[in-house]
Amino acid sequence: MRTVMIEPSFRSWREMARELLEDMVEPGQVIWGSGELYEDEDGSSGNGGTGMFDFGGDDNAKKSGGKKRSGSGSGSRSRSGLLKVPRQFVRLAETVCSHRSGKQWAMLYEILWKMTYGHDRAILQNQTDVTVRGLERMRREVSRDIHKMRAFVRFRKVEVPEDEEGGREQFVSWFEPDHRIVRLNASFFKKRFGGMNFSILTPDECMHWNGVGVSFTEGVSKDVAPEEDELETLWKGYYRSIFNPARVKIKMMQSEMPKKYWKNLPEAEIIEELIRDSSGRVNGMMEEENRELKPRPNNKYLDYLDELNG
Amino acid sequence: MNTLQKLEVLADAAKYDASCASSGGAKKDSSGGKGVGSTGGTGICHSYAPDGRCISLLKVLLTNVCLYDCHYCINRRSSNVRRALFSPEEVVELTLSFYKRNYVEGLFLSSGIVRSADYTMELVIRVAKLLREEHHFRGYIHLKTIPEASPELIEEAGRYADRLSINVELPRQESLAKLAPEKNVLRTRDAMQTINSRISETIQVKKEMRKARSRAKRPSFATGQSTQMIVGADGSHDSDFLKRSEDLYGNFNLKRVYYSAFSPIPEPSVILPLKSPPLVREHRLYQADWLLRFYKFKVDELTTVEEPDLDLDIDPKLSWALRNRHFFPLDVNGASLEMLYRIPGLGVRNAQRIVRLRRHHRLGMEDLIKLRVNLKKTMPFMICKDHHPTKMELSSEDIRLRFAPPPKQMELDFSVLAPQESVSEVKEKKEVEKRLTEVAGKEARHGEF
Repeated sequence: MRTVMIEPSFRSWREMARELLEDMVEPGQVIWGSGELYEDEDGSSGNGGTGMFDFGGDDNAKKSGGKKRSGSGSGSRSRSGLLKVPRQFVRLAETVCSHRSGKQWAMLYEILWKMTYGHDRAILQNQTDVTVRGLERMRREVSRDIHKMRAFVRFRKVEVPEDEEGGREQFVSWFEPDHRIVRLNASFFKKRFGGMNFSILTPDECMHWNGVGVSFTEGVSKDVAPEEDELETLWKGYYRSIFNPARVKIKMMQSEMPKKYWKNLPEAEIIEELIRDSSGRVNGMMEEENRELKPRPNNKYLDYLDELNG
Repeated sequence: MNTLQKLEVLADAAKYDASCASSGGAKKDSSGGKGVGSTGGTGICHSYAPDGRCISLLKVLLTNVCLYDCHYCINRRSSNVRRALFSPEEVVELTLSFYKRNYVEGLFLSSGIVRSADYTMELVIRVAKLLREEHHFRGYIHLKTIPEASPELIEEAGRYADRLSINVELPRQESLAKLAPEKNVLRTRDAMQTINSRISETIQVKKEMRKARSRAKRPSFATGQSTQMIVGADGSHDSDFLKRSEDLYGNFNLKRVYYSAFSPIPEPSVILPLKSPPLVREHRLYQADWLLRFYKFKVDELTTVEEPDLDLDIDPKLSWALRNRHFFPLDVNGASLEMLYRIPGLGVRNAQRIVRLRRHHRLGMEDLIKLRVNLKKTMPFMICKDHHPTKMELSSEDIRLRFAPPPKQMELDFSVLAPQESVSEVKEKKEVEKRLTEVAGKEARHGEF
């Protein structure tokens, strides 16, 4: 039995998995554990982008930011044929490595083992394999979390002195993702909010963009984040007005915007009030007297339309 | 009026438009560091209102002052509703402020008709132009277009927008003449034609530029158009709605037709009495629309001369199957993809998966369970390796009863209303607070038929 400790990241898992494969350690002989993710200078998520697991060594040794890796590249090179894995697996692994459960490390290694030493390269296509299905489920959970983060992050503007930050506006958000997905979303937020400076703070790690580069720092607690933004009055006013009280569908709302997110959504504060008042508002409308027709005003454009209509 | 008051009036005036799409725009982003915004990925619903509708765009009118007198509309000229007017600059400022806080991913701008169609269109265009050119805004822009505006203006709007839309509002000209006297189906179709040809031209030009590996700037034009019809305001049958949709999808390549249940408005018109919004009917129309677009159904199959309206109790595909029992049972191991689409309870994705999987082995119940096929609905209509329903084992009436909501229970037990609640709106609301705590975050929005 071998007990291994890794950081909870794709890169760290991949390094360890390579090592274990080189030593031909069977999946049943490994107990996986993960500690906390720590700071990373270059901020990339660690995939070389070759589409292959690419156990060749050199290229990846550089990419791992100079971290020490036992076992040199040369030993594995001879096996590189065996160790090439489908791009699909790399993508799956990158995503599920963010899963909070920690169960993915062993499952991914098991699949990796089957694809290499087990000579079952098509195993990911086998939707009846229990491990494949489990990983697929985790992938869906992480993907949903990624999507929900894009939807429910709310930025608050913070004032910075004119001369700092080159006059760029500065925004900060507090978000609590289910899984460790901040890095997987970095590129999305950078592309969307290129023209402003922002930080997304989470308990796991924080992402920052200053118009030049993305950086990551350790997780923080909520009290570091700003507590208000004056725009929220307008936003809540909008939310109140866009709601149609004549068609309340709470279940629909909650399936897409589960309650666990509400605490960080400024508009959620008025949901209960809107629901409570809705029937009164509708009854009020139903009881209103019908408005009489008014004569058509004298208007050149309406004359023109009349002509068009013949 | 301050900005908040204006926003309240002009968002309230815009909420009866159901369109919320924010996907499918041409790919663009702001990673260059100028401006904000990105489009081209899947649409993001940034919030949900308690009416179950998503909020992805800042949906407002530029003004709710309007020359038209459409009786279903709160903003018609004869209504005494409070009027407000945004300046283009105010809308720009609001859009950017909301976008930067990640409240929305774009703007959906519409307007009452002031002075003339062209004058109004120019104001609407000015907002989009300011956003794109002065502020380098790369977010999603949906502009409501006025059919009577000149083609040059419609074209200009298309250059700044990701999506254009013109609402046909009602499926038949005779209803429009009565309820929206200034509107006209033929003019709307003409304008849709103008938009459609510009969209396809742009696609063609881009394709050729890609082929020639040209590095020149790609022409920019909206990538789609959509429309909306109000359900339950006039006497039109579901077949009228669906035929109009078939017309618009077929002739002008619309991306979406939205159906919006006519719901009570303040300032009701004397010729259009208020009633509860027909939400189930709206839901059935969306299902039928889905069948037209993705399941290759024809309107004449979904509605008939004898029954021009969809069955409110069961979904339109099951309803078709019960009228056509002689098609069934179909063998999932042999039937063509188009035939598989016809099996109640089997969605497009699963039908395609079945066709792929059956190349390797004959499929049985176990496979269908793994694919999470709705077996309860599917079984009377299909054959697989280890399932063969005796012909007409269940009468159509039996099957219908299984899926139609029991009429008595409905008012007592709210759970049978899932997934679409709607029928007894008022009673439902009394349960609201209780349910607010009960309801689990279930993920089942677009269930397969």
